[in-house]
Amino acid sequence: MSDQLIREFEQEYREKKASYPDFKSGDTINVAVKIKEGNKERIQNYQGTVIQRRNEGSNGETFTVRKISNGIGIERIFPIASPNIDAITVVRRGKVRRARIFYLKGRQGKSARIKERLSK
Amino acid sequence: MSGIIGKKVGMTSVYSADGQNVACTIVEAGPCVVSQVKNEETDGYKAVQLSFGERKPKNTPKSLMGHFSKAKTTPKKKVVEFRNFREEFDHLVEVGKEITINEVFAEGEFLDAIGTSKGKGFQGVVKRHNFGGVGQATHGQHNRLRAPGAIGACSYPARVFKGMKMAGRMGGKRVKVINLKVMRIVPEKNLILLSGSVPGSKNSYVVLEK
Repeated sequence: MSDQLIREFEQEYREKKASYPDFKSGDTINVAVKIKEGNKERIQNYQGTVIQRRNEGSNGETFTVRKISNGIGIERIFPIASPNIDAITVVRRGKVRRARIFYLKGRQGKSARIKERLSK
Repeated sequence: MSGIIGKKVGMTSVYSADGQNVACTIVEAGPCVVSQVKNEETDGYKAVQLSFGERKPKNTPKSLMGHFSKAKTTPKKKVVEFRNFREEFDHLVEVGKEITINEVFAEGEFLDAIGTSKGKGFQGVVKRHNFGGVGQATHGQHNRLRAPGAIGACSYPARVFKGMKMAGRMGGKRVKVINLKVMRIVPEKNLILLSGSVPGSKNSYVVLEK
């Protein structure tokens, strides 16, 4: 009973989450982020590798996207149901053996490559 | 002081317009029945008594059954008196009338929540009174990391003062949390979403007042 009542407030986030494609760590994704500048709103794309997803199934679920920008590693954490995310698209599926691929942090170049996961 | 009685449903989180994730508590509040109206002539003070939560007639004392039958309603579990129910709600107050959540509160308002906190059992001073503990694991300490330290002086006063903070039973007490923001109200299901946490376990009664 109480679950149904809680769902009343979570429904819109569930729908928002369901509208995004399925992705997991190792995948390269593109996140369209809404950015407010004064009164104007524009969309900025942030593309990188997903290195973890946390608290899956809850409203507070987040995922971390890592990319190398001008030789400096950048990691950005997004709440998946955030109203600031406009769209998520999967660019490339990666084949990795663990859910949190933090070993990427110390690597660059050739050793930081991820094999592509080919769909069945 | 006006308000309503509710039941804690659980917690969740919602996103504000700027993308902040806010932890929230869901309370199923009302509809409450006005079971008694006290006034200056007969009782010496003004108050409104609200009742909430169904109760089996066979588990209700006869005297309470009489009290509820006066208001022409079924027996209720939680009975709370609100002194000086605000004048703006005077039109709602009439014995036997039901008060719903959206009649008393509106979205964006701030309210106080009163409940009985979860029982924590017998706890030491670090958890119960936020003492710091000894703070050092070295310099000869080995088994007093969470001890309170001295509890008084020596031959004067030669006793421990009353009310000294010590270990003991914690929780299970009436706690009021002030200034919780009303994030959303769903009047069809009598639900109210409050920012922050509310004392007590799920299904425990909460008094919301402003």
